Amino acid sequence: MIMGKQKKQSELIIKIDGKEVKAAEGMTVLEAAQSADIFIPTLCFHEKLEPYGACRICTVEIDLSGWTKLVAACLYPIEQNLVVKTRSEMVDKIRKMILEFLLAHAPNSAQLQDLAQEYGADKDRFEKESSFCVLCGLCVRYCAEVKKKNAVGFVDCGARREIRFIPEIASKECNSCKECFPLCPTSYLQAAFVLTESLAFSKDSSQTALKK
Amino acid sequence: MPRLNSAAELEKLRKGILSGRDPVKPSIAICAGMDCLDRDNGRIIAAFEAEVDKKNLKAKVDLRVTGCHGYCEKGPMVVIYPEEICYVEVTPTDVPEIVLRTVLGKKVIDRLIYADLDTGEKAAHLPDIPFYKSQRRHLIGNNTKIDPQSIDDYLAVGGYSALSKSLFEMSPEEVLEEIKKAELRGRGGGGFPAGWKWKTARDAPGKEKYVIVNAHEGELGAFMDRAIFTGNPHSVLEGLIIGAYAIGSHQGFIYTRHDAPRLKNNIDMALGKAEEYGLLGENILGSGFDFHVEVHLDIGIFVSGESSALMRSIEGNIPEPRPKYIRTSVSGIWGKPSDLNNVETWANVPLIINKGSEWYTSTGTEGSKGTKLVSLSGNIVNKGVAEVPFGTTIKEIVYGIGGGIPEGKKLKAVHFGGPMGGSIPESLIDTPLDFDELAKLGAPIGAGSMLVLDEDTDMVDVTRYFLKFLSDESCGKCAPCREGIRQMLKILNNICDGKGKEGDIERLEEISEVTGTASLCALGKTAADPLLSMLRYFRDEYETKIDKVISPAEKRE
Repeated sequence: MIMGKQKKQSELIIKIDGKEVKAAEGMTVLEAAQSADIFIPTLCFHEKLEPYGACRICTVEIDLSGWTKLVAACLYPIEQNLVVKTRSEMVDKIRKMILEFLLAHAPNSAQLQDLAQEYGADKDRFEKESSFCVLCGLCVRYCAEVKKKNAVGFVDCGARREIRFIPEIASKECNSCKECFPLCPTSYLQAAFVLTESLAFSKDSSQTALKK
Repeated sequence: MPRLNSAAELEKLRKGILSGRDPVKPSIAICAGMDCLDRDNGRIIAAFEAEVDKKNLKAKVDLRVTGCHGYCEKGPMVVIYPEEICYVEVTPTDVPEIVLRTVLGKKVIDRLIYADLDTGEKAAHLPDIPFYKSQRRHLIGNNTKIDPQSIDDYLAVGGYSALSKSLFEMSPEEVLEEIKKAELRGRGGGGFPAGWKWKTARDAPGKEKYVIVNAHEGELGAFMDRAIFTGNPHSVLEGLIIGAYAIGSHQGFIYTRHDAPRLKNNIDMALGKAEEYGLLGENILGSGFDFHVEVHLDIGIFVSGESSALMRSIEGNIPEPRPKYIRTSVSGIWGKPSDLNNVETWANVPLIINKGSEWYTSTGTEGSKGTKLVSLSGNIVNKGVAEVPFGTTIKEIVYGIGGGIPEGKKLKAVHFGGPMGGSIPESLIDTPLDFDELAKLGAPIGAGSMLVLDEDTDMVDVTRYFLKFLSDESCGKCAPCREGIRQMLKILNNICDGKGKEGDIERLEEISEVTGTASLCALGKTAADPLLSMLRYFRDEYETKIDKVISPAEKRE
């Protein structure tokens, strides 16, 4: 990723919600906001991981010489005199609906519920979905980027996209790690793992694998 | 074949090829485009080969298996040169007669020529057939004259003269300036000025730069890129090499489909031959310019053709789009400046260099110069690939070239741009084919697929069909796209199943606004465009369907 991790020395001045913020060139809008204690909600963002831009909850409004544009704060690189609004009618509308989309999958997620309250999202707006996963990819990316194991990944695409543990890797790595579990905004990842484990391995083979 | 080392050597070779060719020698061009091949024209090719063999005509007659001739509706097609006599819907049993009476006897076989379905009016020569009459086939016209696997055929029609001109008579800046002056706009969908894109890549910092042909062509009902690239691969390759020279790139990529083996084969052959002739590789034509090309195959989903996803795919990663807050022409493949243009855009380049921007801009409209390939499908008499000057009215394309609507039915709408495009109603068909005019109507030209819809079409179902396609063919990475499409599709399914509810249209509009503004890439941002154009022009149909009043399409059943 070009953005985010590239730290340069020169300092830029931007405006977030009317407040002047000094931030280093190469920072994203989210990083700049965080450095100034300005809150922008996130779901798929994690400071140890490359910005991903999938949940779009961090969508903010920027002013580009007169016309406004909606961008993902976790990815958008700051530039001198950038004007950012972390809330606006459209931003709130987007966040509300994304939350409603995701609550159809994970109605009991505390993190989603907190945000739902803030943005007036109705958790029952859309019919419940059978999958509880919101596909934020935190587990997938943590396993790939931090642990470098790739024990869990995305399979399929479009509306059929889902996460899957790779049995050959998971049987060796996951039992002693489980570091991805607390990252999950739906707290259902463990269930997924156990379910996959029970489905994927016969009792004998999994026990021998786990003893190794 | 020793590598060519100068412009003079290329011209000498061309002269040699042309002097060995007798302009009055009969030549049989058999269409082997995708559609004709599907109609078992392998047997026709074999029949011609056998007949030529039997009559001992190998030295007297040229047999050419060519790319798509465009008129798919009437395939398999055979054109006999030098008279340019065109036979349609040819069968293997017609072959002996064609060879005997037309190739040798110079007579036209009346029953094999084109005849208008309504008036019975006949046309024996290709340019006189209504489908071809108002076309201007700058890009695809050579398809009937070229065996795509023969570089000599391409050289015989002037091939690689634009490359030679660029390398020896023009500086890279001059080439770039010419493309800018030609106002060439990207043909893949966005219509972005190609010259400016090239300039961005050229000016971007970094020594290593890439040029890419997007030959993914995933748009539903689009088959014109395949027609050019399969039928005349060198024209695209020549454009790419010229672009690389202008931009300062030494490595190119061709990204194409895994499910088009003939296309892949012809590209591979073209690359091999161009390299052998010294038109590709190290020290091209002795100019000192080096350029190499690699071919990459897609992984088979629609979103692979989105520029940033395509570049991820070339890197060897999953083809998921990434945000283009920094343009790919500045930071693309492996973070290097990467200029991506579509097949048709590249094919325009040699034409502009050879004939000049002034000639080029004399065709078209104020904002859209040159010609555009369109593929005609749906409820239209003449399905196929046509090339028309920008500015041609939609009416002329549908009724003049396309021959109108089958079974005397009325036209309801023309849908442009496939699953991310839009429709215009019959009342607006006097609109000229033009990037900006059509975009204003909510039906951007896209890559050029034109789906013609007759009066019986259920416009809710068309939208549902497109959204279902995107639901399967998007990547699923970002929430507004994946979940928005899911929810819109649910509502449309309900409406189609007679379970529509009051407020459904407003719900669709609300979701489409979020999906359209918050999605990561162009697929999500435009996923609801067909829906919005339908609501703009056919809202009453949606309302009627929800109100459970029987719609015309249901009445028919």
